[in-house]
Parts: sequence; structure tokens; C-alpha cells
Amino acid sequence: MSSKNALIEYCLRIADNSSILAHRLSEWSGHGPILEEDIAMSNMALDLIGQARGFYAYAATLENKGRSEDDLAFRRDAREFVNRNLVEQPDHKDFGTAIMRSFLYSCLSYLQFRTLMNSNDETVSGLSAKAIKEVIYHVRHCGDWIVRLGDGTEESHQRITDSLNDLWMYTNELFEQNEVDAILLNDGVGVDLTLLQQDWLNLVKEIFSQAQLTIPDVGGYQSSGGIKGLHTEHLGFILAEMQFLPRAYPDAIW
Amino acid sequence: MHFVKRILANCNQTSNIGMETTLSVEELNKREAEFDAKIASGITIEPKDWMPERYRKQLLRMMSQHAHSEVVGMLPEGNWITRAPSLARKAVLLAKVQDEAGHGLYIYSAAETLGMDRSEMIDQLLSGKAKYSSIFNYPTLTWADIGAIGWLVDGAAIVNQTVLAKCSYGPYARAMLRICKEENFHNKQGYQIMAYLMRGTKEQREMAQDAMNRFWWPSLMMFGPSDTNSPNSGDLMKWKVKLHSNDDLRQRFIDRTVPQAEAIGLRIPDENLKFNESTRHYDFGEINWEEFKQVVSGNGPCNKLRMKQRADAHTNGAWVREAAAAYSAKKAASKN
Ligand SMILES: [Fe+2]
Ligand SMILES: [Fe+2]
Ligand SMILES: [Fe+2]
Repeated sequence: MSSKNALIEYCLRIADNSSILAHRLSEWSGHGPILEEDIAMSNMALDLIGQARGFYAYAATLENKGRSEDDLAFRRDAREFVNRNLVEQPDHKDFGTAIMRSFLYSCLSYLQFRTLMNSNDETVSGLSAKAIKEVIYHVRHCGDWIVRLGDGTEESHQRITDSLNDLWMYTNELFEQNEVDAILLNDGVGVDLTLLQQDWLNLVKEIFSQAQLTIPDVGGYQSSGGIKGLHTEHLGFILAEMQFLPRAYPDAIW
Repeated sequence: MHFVKRILANCNQTSNIGMETTLSVEELNKREAEFDAKIASGITIEPKDWMPERYRKQLLRMMSQHAHSEVVGMLPEGNWITRAPSLARKAVLLAKVQDEAGHGLYIYSAAETLGMDRSEMIDQLLSGKAKYSSIFNYPTLTWADIGAIGWLVDGAAIVNQTVLAKCSYGPYARAMLRICKEENFHNKQGYQIMAYLMRGTKEQREMAQDAMNRFWWPSLMMFGPSDTNSPNSGDLMKWKVKLHSNDDLRQRFIDRTVPQAEAIGLRIPDENLKFNESTRHYDFGEINWEEFKQVVSGNGPCNKLRMKQRADAHTNGAWVREAAAAYSAKKAASKN
């Protein structure tokens, strides 16, 4: 694989993670537990759409096949999507699950962008420098809620514990790497995720200790394969919804 | 939690609720005369000022209804966020719906200065005691409906709110001033969606015209019943809460919207619509007031759905609000 193709794939990963998580967050518009949270979740979704657009646009420029950011978002099928499976998990309108999903992902995203800010690739470092300011807010906002829910009422403690237990099996996968990462690491463009895993765990544990939550026992199935386009059943439905208009009216400009 | 803090903070600056009972008749008359004089000379009324109980009640009814409309209004448009046809359109729509949540917040806060807190207003919405704009009881069936709503519904809101920005109650007027700037952006994005559709494929043009056909008349109904039939108008006009009649505002909306429709090739679904050279206004056909009455009284296509969506969000979020309150109470206790 060439360095260029590795970088395209890498940008798609970041963009897919952002656009799919944005989709999940935007499902909450109009349905939040308080108006302030409607606004906050929309804010996070908007930040993520911005990040997705930046990285899709860069991938499109690099591949130079006449595809646009929208072609990459709306005209690829599930097996081509390379997001981590965590971000596509449904929350069934359970606020704690939505917050936990964003928290677990944002902690990684923060550490990743912090390193990518110093990438040898100027576009990647520029996009990352912009994104990190947003992601710091996401970590803080979700972290605050996890503490409130973990240390709120008995019910909220139980519910956020359940959310954590349900989502934990998708966290190992956040650190999976392949040839793409090896090439970009060698070029000084990417990050070694294995080096971030301990920092991620520390960050997560710090909040969990304030929230009186404990990391679940690792055991049973661990999800794997998002970066190879291997997903859970949920992604197909997200794409069916998200891509409906450009697919149904292929010649239309919106 | 800042929402709890805000409710507490508001307790100190609410209006003169209940004070009237302690006033003598002479004193009451004197205050009413002073109040009327203030209104007549265009001085705005502020939360701490004395105001007649009926003024407070009517305003509270109107402002809470407005706040509810902003919040319920998020639903029909929110319905298309996950299906927006491009990332740019998705971002704009998400930001637009988010603005409406912000409008709801400002107006609830402004209404709280009249002595009712947000949670009580929300209870009134969910129990059906308080109303919201009937336009949101129509479904959004295609992407073009998002264009139609931004352009027509927010366009109608601008006509209403520009006038409300000059109303006699300070907190309401200031909230409107702030909101109007955002409504202009909402209106433009909606019109832009329609303009793109009208210069697109045949299917897109049909989609746009269909949305126009369905949303035109309900948009005209947004201004409320005809003046001869508007029960609350008299008092509200006397107190300069309303500055123009429903029919005047409706006419203003039609006059500014028809040329916009023509500019992009959309037909107005009204055979009687015609520019009247002598009045310099558009004449238009009869509004179906029976439909309006039905939708306002709960029998529109989406009344049940909208209320269910709001009630579900409220119920599903109860444990979150309780947890937040419990947590902040714990924190406050541990500080003492
Ligand atoms: Fe609004
Ligand atoms: Fe409004
Ligand atoms: Fe608006």
C-alpha cells in the first residue's frame, strides 16, 4: 500500500467515526431530557459533522477521482465504512448510553488529535488542531454527566452502570491497527494507538472513580474489525437512512 | 445544575404576583392609570414594575405558547436531520433546529419573570392546557417540506416577531430582537433549499411544488383567526403587546412572500390570488377556518404524535433530571 492510499484510508476512518457518531447524536434533536441538553448534543453533532467534512474533503482531494466529501459520505456501502463499531451502537433514547458512547469515543479522539496536531502532514495537523478544541469540550461535557449520573440517584447509578457494561465490549476495538497505521507511523503522519491505550484507560478511570463506576471485567465477546469494514447490524440501517436521498435521486443536486 | 440555579435566581426578580390583593381600590386605580400612561407613552414594562393581573396572565399565556411552539417546532424538522441530503445541509438543519431550542429557552426564561417556572409551563403543555402553533401539527413528508418550513413558517414567524420586538413587555421584546436575527438565517436557508429544488430535476421541482401546496394555507393560518374572530386581540392591542391585527400581519406576509415564490417559479395554490392595483396588496382566497379550528382543538394530522413525542422525551428524561438534582444537592450539602 502506498503512503498516499494509507493516508486516504486514515482520513476516511476519522471521517466515518465522526459522521456516524454525529448521526447518533443528531437523533436526539428535539428529544433530550432538558432543552439545554438538546442544545449540547446538537453542538457535539455539529462539531463532528465539521470534522467529518474536513477529513472527507481531504480524502477526496488526495484520491483525485472526482468524488466529493458527500460522495464519500453518501455513496459508500457498509462494508466500505471504516468507523469503529462503538460509534454506531444504538442508544434506544437512553441518555446515559448516548453520553457513555460519546465519552468513551471522545477520550480516544482527544488523545489521537493531541498527537496528530504534530503530524508531518500539514492538513492532518491543521484539522486536528481545530478538532481538539471541540473534543476537549465533548470529553468534559460527557464526563460531567457521567459523574452526575453515576453519583446521582440509585436509579441513575444503575442505569449508567448498565450502559457501561453494554458498551465496554466495543472499547478494545478502538485500539486496533493494521498496515495503514504502520505506514503512517513510519511517515511521521499517524499515531501509534497502542501507546495511547494506557492514557485512555487512565482518563476514563479518573472520571469513573468520581462517578463511582468500576471498569467491567473483560470477558466474553470483544468486538473487532471496524477498520476492515466489519460492522454490527446497526450500521446498515444508519446508512439506509442517511444515504436515502442521494441514492434515490442520483442526479439531483441539493 | 445551572437550570436549578436559574430557577432559584428567577425567584428574586419575578413580577409583582399577588401584590394586588393588598392594595386599596384607590391605590389600584392609581396604579392602573400610571400603567396605562406608561403604555401610552411607549415606556416598556419590566418584571419589577407593577402591572395589572390580566396583563400578566395574558402575556404569560402568549409567551409560554410561543416558547412551546419553538420546542414542538423542533420535531417536524428534526424528523429530517438524519436524512438530510448532504453534509452541508445536515449541518445547517441541525444548527437551525438547535436555534429553535435556544429560542425556547430564551422565551421560557423571559416568561419566568412573570412568575411561573419552566417546569410548570411544560406541565401545562403536556396536559394539553397550553397550546402551541398549529403549523407543527402537519407532517414533513419530503425533503422539500424542510425548505417550505424554513421559508414559509419561519418567514411568517419573522413577520410576527419583528412586531413583537417592539411590544410593551421588556423581557419579551428583547428576546424577540435576539431571535429575529436567527430567524432571518432560517428563512434564507429554507428559501435556498426551495430555490435549489426548483432549478433541479423534474422530480425535485415537483417535490418543491407539492410542499408549497401543502404548507401555504397552514402558513397563512399561523397568524390566527381573522380580526372579527380573535377573542384576545382587544386587550393585547390596548396594552401594546400586539401592535398589529392578525389580518394586517397575514397580508404583510403574503405581500412579501408571493414575489419570492414567483422568482423561483413556484405557484401559489390559490386561484383567487391576484395583485390589487388599487390597494397595492395581494387579494387572496378564503382560508379554511374549519380546518384551522380542528387543528387548534387537537384534531390535526400530527397533534397526537407531537404530544407523544414531547411527553416521551419528558418521561424518558425524568431519571436524568432527578439524578442531576440529587447530585447538585449532594454537592451543596458537602460544601456546608
Ligand atoms: Fe424560532
Ligand atoms: Fe418563533
Ligand atoms: Fe426559526
